[in-house]
Amino acid sequence: MPITTALSTEIKRISILDEHGQFDESLGKGLIPDADLVRLYEDMALCRKLDEVAFKLQRSGRMGTYPQNMGQEANSLGAAYVLNQDDWLVTCYRENCGLFHRGLPPEKILLHWMGDERGNHIDPNLCVTPIAVPIGTQMLHATGLAWASKYRKESRIACTFFGDGATSEGDFHEAMNFAANLDIPVVFFCQNNHWAISVPGRIQCSAPTVAQRALAYGMDTIQCDGNDIFAVVHCMKEATAHAREHGRPYFIEGVTYRLGDHTTADDARRYRDEEEVELWRQRDPITRVREFMKARGLWDDSKEAALAEKVETETAAIVQRAEGIEAPDSSDFFTSMFAELPEDLQLQMRTRRTSSIGEDPSQITTPEPARG
Amino acid sequence: MANLTLVQAINLALVQEMEKDDRVILLGEDVGLNGGVFRVTEGLQKRFGADRVVDTPLAESGIIGTAIGLAMGGLRPVPEIQFEGFLGPAYDQICSHAARMRTRTRGGLTVPLTIRVPVGGGIHAPELHSDSPEAIYIHTPGLKVVMPSSPYDAKGLLIACLRDPDPCIFFEPKRIYRAFREEVPEDEYVLPIGKARTVCEGEEMTIVSWGASVVQCMQAIEKSGRSIELIDLRTLYPFDMDAVETSVKKTGRCVIVHEAPKTGGFGGEIAARIMERCFLHLEAPVQRVAGFDTIMPYYKLELDYLPDADRIAKAIDETAAY
Repeated sequence: MPITTALSTEIKRISILDEHGQFDESLGKGLIPDADLVRLYEDMALCRKLDEVAFKLQRSGRMGTYPQNMGQEANSLGAAYVLNQDDWLVTCYRENCGLFHRGLPPEKILLHWMGDERGNHIDPNLCVTPIAVPIGTQMLHATGLAWASKYRKESRIACTFFGDGATSEGDFHEAMNFAANLDIPVVFFCQNNHWAISVPGRIQCSAPTVAQRALAYGMDTIQCDGNDIFAVVHCMKEATAHAREHGRPYFIEGVTYRLGDHTTADDARRYRDEEEVELWRQRDPITRVREFMKARGLWDDSKEAALAEKVETETAAIVQRAEGIEAPDSSDFFTSMFAELPEDLQLQMRTRRTSSIGEDPSQITTPEPARG
Repeated sequence: MANLTLVQAINLALVQEMEKDDRVILLGEDVGLNGGVFRVTEGLQKRFGADRVVDTPLAESGIIGTAIGLAMGGLRPVPEIQFEGFLGPAYDQICSHAARMRTRTRGGLTVPLTIRVPVGGGIHAPELHSDSPEAIYIHTPGLKVVMPSSPYDAKGLLIACLRDPDPCIFFEPKRIYRAFREEVPEDEYVLPIGKARTVCEGEEMTIVSWGASVVQCMQAIEKSGRSIELIDLRTLYPFDMDAVETSVKKTGRCVIVHEAPKTGGFGGEIAARIMERCFLHLEAPVQRVAGFDTIMPYYKLELDYLPDADRIAKAIDETAAY
């Protein structure tokens, strides 16, 4: 038999609550207790509102460039919901909802985009890493963090987030290869939102799924409807169980959509059709949970109105905390450079506004006679 | 003549070279349909087609690595790295291959490519969108490093890079992308790599700078009311030491201004050359006004980091008083 099949495989796709309100009882029943579902819905509503507020802050000159999360909330939220509080959550920059669920004070995110490093000064007990601006690089850090847990024989794992664009970077492949070959318990969560700024997903991956890339590394993998909080939670439970029981990595492709621009510096109307965006608006992760809860008697219009008021008040308070912080002193960018500042840097810091060159001004103002 | 911004001048240079030479192709993230995140390549994909203005996968090493292959294959690729902070993944390809291929093969294979990179701070951008890493590439033998400070220069220098037989890094200072307009000839012209521009002549002191800092220097000179000669290097490797030497021998004093961190910055090299060539003409130590040896802060504090007219004016006064 000269020709045999070396590999035959398939990629599972999980959808539990679809945009038409269809709910798969076999997978979905008991998956998220009612009280938790209400909480998750409220988390998404707050995140969405903060996105709107942040957009307006940028437009009115009160904040720098900001990347909206709109439409993708269920992905990081479902992950944070399933992870243990001490599992590492290693994100890029569109995971606000999961980070808030973990306990990150939302004003930290605003501060970051307001050009203030204090937004990255995060309580270490939260086990989250700061916003990663370079694409895909944080995947290797997650692998290292999970590796450290494995080395210490802890049960903690890591979960890292990245977009479809990141799957083109070398670091993506290196992280996956390390984790698979060195048996490291890390969950790789790709938010496939279809667009890397203006570049469509097919330029990043011409295979039918991103999930199948994991197969090449010998890694278990699954695709889910990333706009379906139930599907995300289901896949995360599989992934975390696999990572904890077998000490192995797991890949999840959450198929989702970036409803907003890449950032406030972008204008997506330049490169994508409004019909496509409209199609995905119909698949909004928040709307479907609301309709589901209403159908189950967990939610009604008066609760919705109360929530709207609550998120309005909360986001106003968040903005107030972010804007109310005292202005940073310019010594701030010196003091965190090293555990102990080298003398030369101390001198630059002390003389930063009194001398043009960061040297001891006494040398300049009382010069020796000119030579030459 | 048209009154153009730096962005428009670069766009015009690309259009003219692409019309003239079908070996010139552009590649990078968002350079096609979107015209680049700064709109530098606006309209070029429509004009020249998607096979000459190519939206690539999101992979900086891939962009530069394939551009090296395209160049060795006889084309004149112009890859764009979206922000200088994303040069990291491309560093290996730039320094291990683009810079070395000619020497490695003793001229058998050459890499005529121009890497366009928006550079520097001052635009309220997020982290890794505001750095000034030019010294790293000046310090890598085998690369030509260019940084214009005006629309007119940008067009002439970019055309020079595009026609150069060796790899060039063309740094575009974002802070002045649209800060002012300048008369830019419609006709093509080349400004030679390695030639500085004397922005204004003076007798008391020489200031050497490049990129967006040139604008801060002009403000400081005006503020000082002194007779100061301002030299915009325009190209950093090779750089026009003759122009610096002639000026410093005339004035006897020199201040060097750059955004990049002071230690290991290119200002140190210029100061050393002045010591070598002008030692007996110096009336004062050569001073540097530079970024501090810290990570470029996020935007709330970026103006405290970047050399501004006040700091430069202080250096002018100190140097004059010496």
